[in-house]
Amino acid sequence: MKTGSPILISRADPFPKSLWPRVATVALVVYVIYACAQMEISWERVQTGLANAAHFFARLFPPNFARHELLVRGLLESLQIAVLASTLGILLALPIGLAGARNLMPPWASWPARALIVLARSLHPVIVAILFVKAVGFGALAGVLALTVASVGFIGKLFTEAIEEISSKQVEAVRATGAPFPSVLAFGVMPQVFSRFIGFATYQLDSNLRNSTMVGIVGAGGIGGTLFAAFQRFDYDFVCAILIAIISLIMLGEVLAAGVRAIFIDNATLPELFRRRGLPRRDRLVEDE
Amino acid sequence: MVSITAAETTSRRVWRRFTGAQRTARFMVYLTIVAAIVAAAQTIEIIPEFLADAPEQIGDLLARMWPIDWRAYPTDVHSALSETIHIASLGTLLALMLALPVGLLAAHNLVPFTPLNLLARLILVSSRSVNSLVWALLFVGIFGPGALAGTLAIAFRSIGFVGKLFGEALEEAQPGPIEALAATGAPWRSVLTFGYWPQVKPAFWSIALFRFDINVRESAVLGLVGAGGIGMALDAALNLFQWERVALILVAILVVVIITEIVVMQIRKRML
Amino acid sequence: MPNSLVIRGLTKEYVPGKPVLSDIDLAFGETCINAIIGPSGTGKSTLIRCINRLVEPTSGEILFDGADLARLVGTPLRQARRHIGMVFQEYNLVERLTVMENLLCGRLGYVSAWKAWRRKFPTEDIERAFQLLDVVGLAGFAQRRADALSGGQRQRVGIARAVMQEPKLLLADEPTSSLDPKTSVEIMQLLADVARSRDIPVLINMHDVDLATRFADRIVGMSGGRVVFDGAPAGLSDAMLKQIYGGEDWLQ
Repeated sequence: MKTGSPILISRADPFPKSLWPRVATVALVVYVIYACAQMEISWERVQTGLANAAHFFARLFPPNFARHELLVRGLLESLQIAVLASTLGILLALPIGLAGARNLMPPWASWPARALIVLARSLHPVIVAILFVKAVGFGALAGVLALTVASVGFIGKLFTEAIEEISSKQVEAVRATGAPFPSVLAFGVMPQVFSRFIGFATYQLDSNLRNSTMVGIVGAGGIGGTLFAAFQRFDYDFVCAILIAIISLIMLGEVLAAGVRAIFIDNATLPELFRRRGLPRRDRLVEDE
Repeated sequence: MVSITAAETTSRRVWRRFTGAQRTARFMVYLTIVAAIVAAAQTIEIIPEFLADAPEQIGDLLARMWPIDWRAYPTDVHSALSETIHIASLGTLLALMLALPVGLLAAHNLVPFTPLNLLARLILVSSRSVNSLVWALLFVGIFGPGALAGTLAIAFRSIGFVGKLFGEALEEAQPGPIEALAATGAPWRSVLTFGYWPQVKPAFWSIALFRFDINVRESAVLGLVGAGGIGMALDAALNLFQWERVALILVAILVVVIITEIVVMQIRKRML
Repeated sequence: MPNSLVIRGLTKEYVPGKPVLSDIDLAFGETCINAIIGPSGTGKSTLIRCINRLVEPTSGEILFDGADLARLVGTPLRQARRHIGMVFQEYNLVERLTVMENLLCGRLGYVSAWKAWRRKFPTEDIERAFQLLDVVGLAGFAQRRADALSGGQRQRVGIARAVMQEPKLLLADEPTSSLDPKTSVEIMQLLADVARSRDIPVLINMHDVDLATRFADRIVGMSGGRVVFDGAPAGLSDAMLKQIYGGEDWLQ
């Protein structure tokens, strides 16, 4: 008893146009126009700038390495700042980060530690560098102190989070054997957080290397000062040379950091490192820059 | 207790935590680290008197910052602070728009053309390696001082960050749905929108929010080199040694950074 | 059997007024394999964990090895714990460490923290560890990572770790609940062999009554936080089981 033609049933649209994304997009466009107007960004300015840019880039190239002793000295100082700041930062972040772990430590220890870490993270390293320059004078000391503070903030926060995520059952079992507290930490807690800790530490070393090239701009030592001076003298080809040197140094640092991670986390041997083409980017790490 | 006979002593089993080759590798790392630290500590130019003096100097500085000059807020600080937020927002938006194509080009499973991959990766690495402050210097040189330079600096610095993480998210996309779509004969663009995008969308928003949070912090200092925002007010106050005003600006920056973190956390909770 | 554990008036209240354990009086030391049975939530696990103070008793005495375990704090408690080995339901091995390192955890109470960190354990301990691996049937597994093992293998490591402490008492908190039937029998057999060969009492908290009657010398039945049965498995009648667990359907 079927009829010949199909019966059309009207159903609701399976792809309803939801309201939220549209509203959000419109709001975004409105905001962009508003903000540009507030900041006096107009298309004419961009255009004049672009014309300028061509001229500017011409003066960047070719890079001028004539003053290479100055360049190398600046780079070395940045390297020194990065190494010392990372060392101090890691050494300090270990106890402070541990103290901040609420699952292991009593509140009178964890609250001050957490507050300290938040404070260390909140201000940009450059601002901290300025304050240290005003306090202890120009030079590498201010840079080391500033980046140590930044390192403690970064590593401390991630370390505390890592410890708070560990399985308490493993710790309970070690405690039940009658082990003293340091051994409980060494055998129950550290194995669970060690690989992540190495990840943070190597990341922070790279980050400090980046930052150490910059704190010189405010007088805290390193290649940043040389860069800023060259800029102000309009020595753009020297600027280009410095930038190339900085980028190369940072890329080298990333490669070394990946190697250290491979050796300590994956237990690689030296021949294995060289055999690996393209070191694994298994570090699901958050970049804080 | 088991008594140990002579035969068992000679064949007593030994336990090593790491193999010889692994221990060599670890030892090399330790050696390098210690050598680096010693070399750095010996050659760095730090005057010991300044180091000993430091705590006192820092205390002195903090004392000069109190009491905080609240009254200067509406006149000097507020507009600069809003400008900072605009720089961060527009810079992040611009970076997202530019990073998408570059991130796509860098992902080998999407664009199996290695020279393009390498070029895209080079762009991303350079963008990351150059500090936003240095980018700001460059753009101040090109476009003159002001917020335009700051916005572009933030944008160009963020391209590397967003592009790298986005590229990694793309490379981790599961090949199954992609294969299925390709098997239906869908064109490449459709495979992108229906195969990859739904998978990477949560990662994309997470990255975007995270970068925005960082950019708010970064935008605050760009003014130190003339690229707009609260950094310029900070620079002015520092040069005039108006410490109470400096303290006000620092507190304002702190508050903005904390509010941004809270807002970003809330959005994250709703979305993911 | 020289070791004896005497529990007197043990009470535990997580929420005041609602005791999970009410005035428990028990003495162990005559029998080797002791099974504690009862429905879920009746305080079996709490009882076991009060003994080595993983849970704090509200009141009562736990006399063992010349001390009241309920009163000890700090270093004496730690030292007392060394003599009590524990086997857990979910094995509680340190996943990222190797089998050998997990075994050596049993000696942490006897080795200084610094030496332990550098993995410089006495050679007797290493040798004993290798022998224990043979005993539990895991010869050659010393360098495997704990998270690469099956459930039954992990529990064997857990038992070996407890025995490494040279304990005077063994506690087992649902040691077979996460294992399949065949492996459960193997683990129970291993626990029984280990306890008998060392002549130490073992208290096993378990919910599988058949397994309990098969291996235990003595069964303690708990219900509602109190001991309702205490005697040889032969005396465990269906009527008694109904009293402990309530309901009849589960009694086949």
